[in-house]
Amino acid sequence: MTALAGGQSAGEPLLTVEDLHTYLATGQGVVRAVDGVSFTLGQAEVLGIVGESGCGKTVTCRTIMGLTPRRIAYSSGRVIYHPWGEGNILDLSERELQKLRGTHLAMIFQDPMTALNPVRSIGDQLAEAVTAHTRLPRAQARDRAVDLLTRVGIPAPERRMRDYPFQFSGGMLQRALIAIALASSPRLLLADEPTTSLDVIIQDQILSLLLELQRDTGMSMILVSHDLAVITEVCDRVIVMYGGQIVEEGDTATIITAPSHPYTKALLEALPQGGHRGPLRSIPGAPPSLIDAPAGCRFVPRCPLAMHECTGWTTELVETGGPGHRARCWRHHEVGRATAWQASDSA
Amino acid sequence: MSRFGTLPRRLGHLVLIAFGITLVTFFLLRLIPGDPALAILGTSYTHQRAEAIDLALGLNKPIWTQYVLFMGRLFRGNLGYSFFYSLPATTVIGQHLAPTVFLVIYAAVLAAAISLPLGFVSGLRRGGVVDQSTRVFFTVSFAMPAFWLGIILLIVFSVHLHVFPISGFGSGFAGHLYYLFLPALTIAVGFSTVLIRSLRAATIATLQAEFVDTARMKGISRAKVLRRHVFRNAVLAVVAVFGVNLAYLISGTVLVENVFSLPGLGSLLVNSVSNRDYPVVQGVTLLFALLIVAINLLTDLTQSALDPRVGQEIGE
Amino acid sequence: MSQAWATHPSQALLRVAERAAKRSRSTGRRRLVLISGLVMLGIAIAAILAAPLLSSYPPNALDVLHPLAPPLTPGHLLGTDQYGRDILARILYGGRIDLAIAFGATSVTLVFGTIVGIVAGYFGGWVDNLLMRIVDLFFAFPFLVLIIAIIAMLGPSIFNMFVAIWITSWVSYARIMRAQTVVAKKQQYVLAARTLGYGRVRVMLRHILPNTASAVIIFSMVDAIGNIILAASLGFLGLGAQPPTPEWGTMISDGQNYILSSWWLATLPGLAIVFVGVAFSLIGDGLADVLRPGER
Repeated sequence: MTALAGGQSAGEPLLTVEDLHTYLATGQGVVRAVDGVSFTLGQAEVLGIVGESGCGKTVTCRTIMGLTPRRIAYSSGRVIYHPWGEGNILDLSERELQKLRGTHLAMIFQDPMTALNPVRSIGDQLAEAVTAHTRLPRAQARDRAVDLLTRVGIPAPERRMRDYPFQFSGGMLQRALIAIALASSPRLLLADEPTTSLDVIIQDQILSLLLELQRDTGMSMILVSHDLAVITEVCDRVIVMYGGQIVEEGDTATIITAPSHPYTKALLEALPQGGHRGPLRSIPGAPPSLIDAPAGCRFVPRCPLAMHECTGWTTELVETGGPGHRARCWRHHEVGRATAWQASDSA
Repeated sequence: MSRFGTLPRRLGHLVLIAFGITLVTFFLLRLIPGDPALAILGTSYTHQRAEAIDLALGLNKPIWTQYVLFMGRLFRGNLGYSFFYSLPATTVIGQHLAPTVFLVIYAAVLAAAISLPLGFVSGLRRGGVVDQSTRVFFTVSFAMPAFWLGIILLIVFSVHLHVFPISGFGSGFAGHLYYLFLPALTIAVGFSTVLIRSLRAATIATLQAEFVDTARMKGISRAKVLRRHVFRNAVLAVVAVFGVNLAYLISGTVLVENVFSLPGLGSLLVNSVSNRDYPVVQGVTLLFALLIVAINLLTDLTQSALDPRVGQEIGE
Repeated sequence: MSQAWATHPSQALLRVAERAAKRSRSTGRRRLVLISGLVMLGIAIAAILAAPLLSSYPPNALDVLHPLAPPLTPGHLLGTDQYGRDILARILYGGRIDLAIAFGATSVTLVFGTIVGIVAGYFGGWVDNLLMRIVDLFFAFPFLVLIIAIIAMLGPSIFNMFVAIWITSWVSYARIMRAQTVVAKKQQYVLAARTLGYGRVRVMLRHILPNTASAVIIFSMVDAIGNIILAASLGFLGLGAQPPTPEWGTMISDGQNYILSSWWLATLPGLAIVFVGVAFSLIGDGLADVLRPGER
């Protein structure tokens, strides 16, 4: 393991991503959705990826799963899933990937309302996942499906097996999708904004369910969200993405208490403060278009600490000194100091 | 997703349409400029005969009374009297029904056999050989009149290659299949254009749906993903198109029956126009329209049988 | 820019992706579709207008010595029919009727159907309900059958063919335009115009129409093909142009009697229909790409 390995990922690594790039060839030009992402995920670790929409979080997960649109997505770099050997799973054929999916890697998608086939019953789609890797008699597959539905907290599972997706609520659908993802006991679960399209109360239920399942099974989990509150609640370690790149990485406590990238700090400040519901502060400006990414730091246009040097030079992820804590900022040591911000405000 | 609200509402709509159809066909006769009796009799016009026709058509009564009488006769299965054949119009139409029904079903089956594989493969391999060549072929065939395509097929397969007969209906089921192959193919090619385009589009749209990713995520084979999640959903989306475009099949039948001299409703319709056999024209028009309503109903029922969402209270 | 950046493997990836992106754009090829369609239609119109210059025969001139002459016969480039009439001349003059239908019938139904659709969509309520039920009613009939029935009552002639199309064909435009209007009505720019107190007619003409017209315009190209085929079909059935008037459908109908010996009689006029049809089809596809980029 080189410098790429995060310090906090205790024990054996499960997944190593090195210099991952995924470019999407669209009619408007090349979208550099993922532009040089590297990280390591440990066994039984819960890693959070946070950032506004359009920062490359989803595409990162889909690239790992091999579920990017084949016609337009081009990837380079290495994704190593250690239990499968030291080969690059980006090079695997669809047939080989098929063996990995379900049993090793599984994913939950953003919108539960569209993530299930509307014209097939829930039980049917769940049984399909149960029997994907094991030959089971029909009755046994059914029993296992009912068990799974019970496990994810769906009441009257026997009866609901016959229902169709439109007969389920959003929260129930997400539970069913979790059951499908866990059907073949994967060792890594990628959860892409699993709570974004749900009501607040349901959000909490789903998060606790995910965490509980993770603890019971000992699987690793990557949780993607635009909501830093969700991430800090659940994750051991956090990656902050901006403009297709990792801008900060560290354990959750460090990220909250000593953010070293202005974007992370801005995300933290946008959170409603400790219970009292003040006006939500949003970050001024919008994430950059990933079509003509400028040289230098991509956060410059929205950064209160930006200086002349930030625009011309490629900024690298640098160690800040804290354990496994890295940030992509020339002034990372100043981010925590309030004076630096005031100085820039007056400048 | 569904264009239809609830199935009962849709049924009510169809009843309304059927009622409208009777109104339109009833008023068709009023389009005849001048005196209908004169138009019908032509040179054999005499005052007595004209009065007989007026009486038979009920032309001497107020228009709403005429419509009520027309509907009353209709419910008793009476479409009026064919002066040309000297038979009730229903009898004449009944005699010409079989070839048309056979031809329409045959053409629909052929069209499905052509469109399902081509449309699906075109959508799956966008820009591939099948997609490109299908697209070129059907761009050209879209601009082809059905009757001309029929004649070309006749010249090639009947006149020069002697594979198929030039005209006739054949006898027995196998005979019908053989004799009606070229006519059915002619209609099917035109109809396939629409079906392939929609199936291609539906396949492309379905491939991009998130539930396909969920299915792939499970680790099942690509063949299973395509069969269970892509093909089935794409075909469902096209069932509605099939119903909407049935009118095209009927129009094709009218032309192709005339090309291949088939004794069906299409030939009857065109001959009745030249014979000024108005009750038969009226009857055939009515029958075709009601046939389309009936088939649309069947399409809806098929769809609700295949698609659990249709017929449920889920808004529009 | 550092040297390391230039040789980074992601640069190679970027080049591959850029080539793919360029391919998916390929606006040039799309323009080419539109232009080739326009050129083909231009050729057809020019040839038909210049018929007297391109052919030395009037369409009904009989050459009794050379009936059923095959194509490439000296003096008759495309051969002659059973009466020795020059087929090239008849195709050129006959096209006048078919193209007149393509433009004359299509433009009228385009305008009328668009008005009905925009009114139904904009006003909604009972107006919408009534108009759309009428549209549904027309859609219940097979178009060709309804048109034949109308012509049956009015009597077969070219003018009545126009009338029958005018009566029936506007409904497609009304349906498309209504759907577009219903969507456009809820857009910001329309809401803004309405809040400003502009009159209904002004909002419909100035704000809704320009943003929704592309759909009906693209459809009108498909409809033009449909109308040419319809005109030819009616001619073929003896319900449109009447002999000896040259018209593509009637020529095919005449030629069908001679398919055993003289294939060209029925074949060549059909090729003319296909040529014009493909032209409209290409224009329609090209317009769709130019007016609504990003779809397909």
